[in-house]
Amino acid sequence: MTSTKCTDKVILDLWHPLAALSEVPAGTVFDTVLLEERLSYATDGAGDAAVWRDRRDLPEGSPVEIATLTDTLPVKLAYGYIWTTLSDAPADLFPIPEFAENDRRKLNAATLGVNISAPRAIENFLDMGHFPYVHTDILGAEPHTEVKEYDVEISVERDEILATRCRFFQPMASTASTGGADVDYIYRVPHPYCSVLYKSSPLDESRLDVIAVFLQPVDQEHIRAHMMLCVLDDTNEDKVIKRFQQTIFGQDKPILENQFPKRLPLDPRAETPIRADKSAIAYRRWLSQKGITYGVIPAAT
Amino acid sequence: MITLYDYELSGNCYKIRLLMSILGLDYTVVPVDFYPGREHKSDWFLAINPLGQLPVIDDDGLVLRDAQAILVYLAAKYDAGNSWYPRENADLLGEIGQWMAFADSITATASAARLHDALFYDLDAEAARAGAHRLFRILDEHLWFGEQEGRDWLCSAAHPTVADIACFPYVMLSEEGGISRQDYPAIRRWCDRVKRIKGFTVMSGVFPAGPAKAA
Repeated sequence: MTSTKCTDKVILDLWHPLAALSEVPAGTVFDTVLLEERLSYATDGAGDAAVWRDRRDLPEGSPVEIATLTDTLPVKLAYGYIWTTLSDAPADLFPIPEFAENDRRKLNAATLGVNISAPRAIENFLDMGHFPYVHTDILGAEPHTEVKEYDVEISVERDEILATRCRFFQPMASTASTGGADVDYIYRVPHPYCSVLYKSSPLDESRLDVIAVFLQPVDQEHIRAHMMLCVLDDTNEDKVIKRFQQTIFGQDKPILENQFPKRLPLDPRAETPIRADKSAIAYRRWLSQKGITYGVIPAAT
Repeated sequence: MITLYDYELSGNCYKIRLLMSILGLDYTVVPVDFYPGREHKSDWFLAINPLGQLPVIDDDGLVLRDAQAILVYLAAKYDAGNSWYPRENADLLGEIGQWMAFADSITATASAARLHDALFYDLDAEAARAGAHRLFRILDEHLWFGEQEGRDWLCSAAHPTVADIACFPYVMLSEEGGISRQDYPAIRRWCDRVKRIKGFTVMSGVFPAGPAKAA
């Protein structure tokens, strides 16, 4: 295995997202950065993709036939994105069974650069307390500010965090909403840098919309955030659904970028949590137990 | 009825929404998938604006592009109080024109750095940041000396003008391009004053001001 700038074995052994498949024109080289390594990727227009370490003879924008490439990295096409790994023996990518349901709208809301560590962004995604203040009149509104008691477990069998029984009053929970409603949430963190959120569908009370953030760590303090939507909405155009999600993420962005330190401190004494932060506490503990060092400030031992 | 071709995360679109909110104008929005869809470069949009840029308005058949031009038009046409673009005050109109051009320079620097950091535009971000700091230094001095003379706004008037609206968004969003406003206290105070204008509205990345401290 080639030496890597990132030395965190757990992170190296994961699959990481690079780009939304639908946004990559076929036969052209694109450059990106993953874990401080310069990578290139391309698709063939027939549903296949290749990822390789940046090569001088294949600069960004040049034409390429991926079938002719050698020395490529492992590739996985999942949930509408191109994933790769720097490992020879990567861990399995987590399942999202709902993605196979045909009547769902599946979109990349956007891929946005954020100047923050991946764990800080995951923690923000898990937080409900900021809804009324940051996403005013969309995901929350005063005086409905209370984060009601919810359950959090670290599933040993699935190696993921699960927060259930979350409930929050939302004036405009999605593009399909017609008014304010108490919305049920389930959060999964199945990957240190990815989280999947399930929330009540305004269209079908027996089903849940799925919204995921897949974070591509550019380095320890910079990410590309890929926002996947897998929602029930039979009326709105794609761009309306994307705009809704970008509006929300655009509100989070300055909050995230102003967090200090940019890496997530794992020492339980470093930052004082409140009861509403139960899922964040579990997340930090889970990262500590895994021995994660990349994008965090590990607890003193 | 005014139609605005709009992208939520665009500061140039926001300045139109902001002025229309202040003037209390009704309008409809046509969302344009600027990113990631690049819909502003699509055939249908290029037929509306061959420059492939947002914002554009259509006011009962009058199609106008360019954020600053649209601000001038909306204020000249719809501001009953004639204060945002005072049509008979040549000196003030000259000043407004000067700061509208300055707003374009802020777009070319502070906004460019933000596009680089957030949307991966291929440009020299360090040069854009340096350019923005040079402009912010000039703006901060201008506002600081204004405060000493009892002037709260960019131009020599007792009230804000479209020049303030034109310059505000990309100053306010500068941190998303890695441009801190920590060293520009007069700019920060001016931003708070803009946020307290009656009818002020926010966009993603811009938060409302807290209540003003009682004097």
